[in-house]
Amino acid sequence: METAVAITVGIVFGSGVYLVLQRNLMRFIFGLILMSGAVNVSLFVAGRLTRGAPPLVPGGASVPPEGVANALPQALILTAIVIGFGLVAFALVLLLRTYERLGTVMTDELTERLDDPKPVPGFGDDDALRSDGAS
Amino acid sequence: MSSWWTVAPVALPLAAAALAFALVGQRSAQRVIATLTALALVPLSVALLMRVSQLGIQTAQLGDWPAPFGIAFVADHFSAIMVVITAIMAAATAIYALSDIDPARESLQYHPLFLVLVAGVNGAFLTGDLFNLYVWFEVLLISSFALLTLGNLRNQLEGGLKYVAVNLVSSLLFLASIGIVYGLTGTLNFADLAVALRDAPAGLVTVVAMLFLVAFGIKAAIFPLFFWLPASYHTPPIAISAFFAGMLTKVGVYALIRVFTLLFTHDVAWTHGVLAWLAALTMVIGVLGAAAQNEVHKILSFHIVSQIGYILMGLAIFTPLALAAAVFYLAHNIFAKANLFFIAGMMRRAGGSFDLGRLGGLYKTHLWLALLFIVSAFGLAGFPPLSGFWAKALVVLASLDAGNAWLAATALGVGLLTLYSMTKIWQGAFWAPAPTERAAGESASWPLVVPAVVLAGLTVVLGLASEPFIALANAAAAELMNPDLYIDAVLNGSLGTEVAP
Repeated sequence: METAVAITVGIVFGSGVYLVLQRNLMRFIFGLILMSGAVNVSLFVAGRLTRGAPPLVPGGASVPPEGVANALPQALILTAIVIGFGLVAFALVLLLRTYERLGTVMTDELTERLDDPKPVPGFGDDDALRSDGAS
Repeated sequence: MSSWWTVAPVALPLAAAALAFALVGQRSAQRVIATLTALALVPLSVALLMRVSQLGIQTAQLGDWPAPFGIAFVADHFSAIMVVITAIMAAATAIYALSDIDPARESLQYHPLFLVLVAGVNGAFLTGDLFNLYVWFEVLLISSFALLTLGNLRNQLEGGLKYVAVNLVSSLLFLASIGIVYGLTGTLNFADLAVALRDAPAGLVTVVAMLFLVAFGIKAAIFPLFFWLPASYHTPPIAISAFFAGMLTKVGVYALIRVFTLLFTHDVAWTHGVLAWLAALTMVIGVLGAAAQNEVHKILSFHIVSQIGYILMGLAIFTPLALAAAVFYLAHNIFAKANLFFIAGMMRRAGGSFDLGRLGGLYKTHLWLALLFIVSAFGLAGFPPLSGFWAKALVVLASLDAGNAWLAATALGVGLLTLYSMTKIWQGAFWAPAPTERAAGESASWPLVVPAVVLAGLTVVLGLASEPFIALANAAAAELMNPDLYIDAVLNGSLGTEVAP
C-alpha cells in the first residue's frame, strides 16, 4: 500500500514540477498547489499507513492499545494544509495585483513591463504611494 | 517559571502584534506599541543570554509535555545570541521606520506585520523541533511577503513575485524533507533526531542532508540559489530592506548551522566539503555581482550574498574556532549590513537618488553621513580596528588552521573586491562633484540618524572591545561542536531543571 501511495506522490509531484517550470505564472501557482498536495500525502505515508485502527484511547486506559494508526502525521498535515492555503491565497492575490498593474502573467514579459506597463482597463494605475522603493 | 524567559522573545511580539491588529486605524497607537515592544525585547533577550551563560542551556517544554513528545523551546548560546541580535535590529528598525514608513503603508498595517515578522524570526531561533521550525519559517515568510509588497508599487510586485515563488518552492522542499526524516526516524525533536539519526542508514541521511541544504540554502541565498535576493530586496522602503538584509537570510544560515552541527555530522568529509565549495562560490559570485551594479541599494543586496559565503565557510571548516568565527561573523555582518542600508536610505534622502551617477558631493554637504558610511563600509570590508577585521581574521585563521589555504585565499581576495565596491560608493556618492540639477535634499530627522549611529557604534565596539564577544562566540561554538550538551539539556534536563509548576 505504501508503495502505491509513494508512486502516486511521485507522479503528482512530477506534474507539479512540470507546471512550475512554465512561463505562465498562473500555471506556476497550480503547480505549487499540486506539489504541496503531494508533499502532504508523503508526510502521511511517512507515518506508515494503518487500516481500520483509529487512535482512540479506550475508557479507563491512559494510552491507546498497540497497533493503532499514527495520529501525529495527521496533525502535521492539518497544520501544513492551513499554511499552504494561506500561502497560495497570498500568491494568487499577488499575481492578480501584478496582472492589474503590469498587464501580464508571463515571467519573461514582467521585467520589460516595469518601464512600459500595460495596466488592465478598469483598474487605475495611479502611484498612490511614492516611496523609496520606486525607481 | 524559569521557562518563561525562553518563550518570552516570541510571545511578546506576537501578543503586541495581536494588540496592534486590534487597533486598526489608530496609526500612532500602533507606532507606539511596535516601538516599545521592539525596545523591550532588548533587555528581555539580554537577560535570556545571561541566564544561558550562567545556568547553561535553557529549555521550555510547551504545555508541559516532556520532550520528545511535546514542542521544546531551547536556548543555547547560539540561539540566545541570535535572539539578542534580532532584538537590537528590531529596535533599530522600529525607530528608523518612525520616519521612513509613510502613513499610507502604516494604514496598510505595517506595524503589526513587522511584529509578526520579529516573532517568526525569534521562534525560528528558539524552537527545538523540526516541524515547529517549519511553522516559524512560514510565519516569518508570510509577513515578509506582505511587507515586501506593501504598497503595490510596480517594481515591488515584480520583485515580490520572484521572492514569493522561489521561497514557496523552498518551503515545499523543507516540508518534504521533514516527511522523509520523520519516516526515517519517527521523531521531529532536534535532540531526539540527533540520537535517532546516528543509527539511520548513512546514505539516506546524506540524501536528506542535501535536501535540507537546498531548502535552507534558498532561504540563506547561497550560490546557486540566491537570484531571488538581488531581484527583490531593493524594492521596499529602506526600513524593511534593512531588516530583511540583516536578519532574514541569516535565519536560513542559522538553520543550516543548526542542522549541520546537530543532525548531519555522520559524513563530515562529504557534506561539509560540499558546503566549502558552495561557500567559496557564494563569496565570489556575490561580490562580482555587486561590482557590476551601479545603484547603492543594489550593490548592497549583492553583498548580502557574498557575506553569507564567509559565514558558511566557518560552518564548512567545522572546527571550534571556525564555528566561533561564523557566530562572530553573523553578529558583525548583521549590524554592518543593515546599517549600510539605513545609511543608503539617508543618502537617497540627501541626494535624491540611489544611482551613483546622480549622487555626489555628499561629503561636502553631509560630513556626518560620510563618517557613518566610512565606519560601516570599512567594517564590512574588514579594516582594523572595526568588527569586520576580527570576523575576517578569525575565519581566515580557522581555515589556515584546518589546512584549507585555498578557502582562506578566496576569502581574502573577496575582501579586496568588497573594498572595491565600498570605494565605488564612496567615490560616487561622497567625493564626486555634486550634479548640477539636483532635487532639494530632505534633512534627516532623528529617527533616521539614531539607529545608524547606534549600529555604527556597535561595529566599533565589536572591533575595539572584541574580547567578551569572541568569548561568547567561543562558548556558542563549544556547544555546537558538542551536540551531547544540547541533547542532554532537552531530553534529560526537561525533568531536572524545568520542573512543572
